[in-house]
Amino acid sequence: MAVITRGFGGRRRDDADLPPGQYRTDDFPVLSAGPTPRIGLDEWELAVVTETGERSTWSWAEFTALPADEPTVDIHCVTRWSKFGTSWRGVSVDTLLADVDTAAEYVVAHSYGGYTTNIPLEGLLDGQAWVAYEFDGAPLAPVHGGPARLLVPHLYFWKSAKWLRALELRLDDEPGFWETAGYHNDGDPWREQRYLED
Amino acid sequence: MPTTNVGADDPPWVDGNALAGPLGEIMGTDLTVAELTCAGCRMTRPLAAMRVFDRAPGLVARCPGCEDVVMRLVRTADRALVDLRGSLVVSIPVPIT
Ligand SMILES: [Zn+2]
Repeated sequence: MAVITRGFGGRRRDDADLPPGQYRTDDFPVLSAGPTPRIGLDEWELAVVTETGERSTWSWAEFTALPADEPTVDIHCVTRWSKFGTSWRGVSVDTLLADVDTAAEYVVAHSYGGYTTNIPLEGLLDGQAWVAYEFDGAPLAPVHGGPARLLVPHLYFWKSAKWLRALELRLDDEPGFWETAGYHNDGDPWREQRYLED
Repeated sequence: MPTTNVGADDPPWVDGNALAGPLGEIMGTDLTVAELTCAGCRMTRPLAAMRVFDRAPGLVARCPGCEDVVMRLVRTADRALVDLRGSLVVSIPVPIT
């Protein structure tokens, strides 16, 4: 399990842990480009769809029965706030893709409500990303993306799609909601890849 | 008709006049009186009637009827991007000559 342990050895977290241009907040600001989708757990479903159209799906009961991790990670929003040491529970993307046969190099995350974001597949593997359903020991609140959201802490937080519905595996890259509207295709906070020209 | 839902349980939105300022600054014309035709439901409404989600990486205007996105406005370091793929027509009144 990939857990960021920086700062848990007694050292105080400070500005050196902030990517360029970020400030620290202890709040958890809610950013939303639309109304909060309300999805009942009985109708909720998560799908992985490969480039050949093969679908794997999980009901809520199946999904929450998968082996879960409890990552503690820093998150960085492109609107310049960062929050240290956030605690989640979720299923790693490695686990979701373990039995999936694919040659894809790109992923589009699709949300209930229509939001999309694109990420190279390798950026989601090897313990770098989860589908999270608990935050701070409690079920993930709808305003923060519950029932379940993507969690990709090494990228700006718009890549961590709320209300996740499907991961679409693709041979080609397909820019998502913000990536087609002026934001950077990759969104690495340590390289300060905010806008398309960065 | 409410012009905002701030204070509600849902993410806050404000009315389309919130776009008029930044758009006017970019385009040099008053767009509060512009009308947009939603590509989702094809209803035509004044910009002011749209719901603008402003607590996001950009300003996102949605149709109050079908909730589809009709306009997005993003400020980068040195550009402003206006994405109108969600609007079939933008109708702007002009002085009668
Ligand atoms: Zn509409």
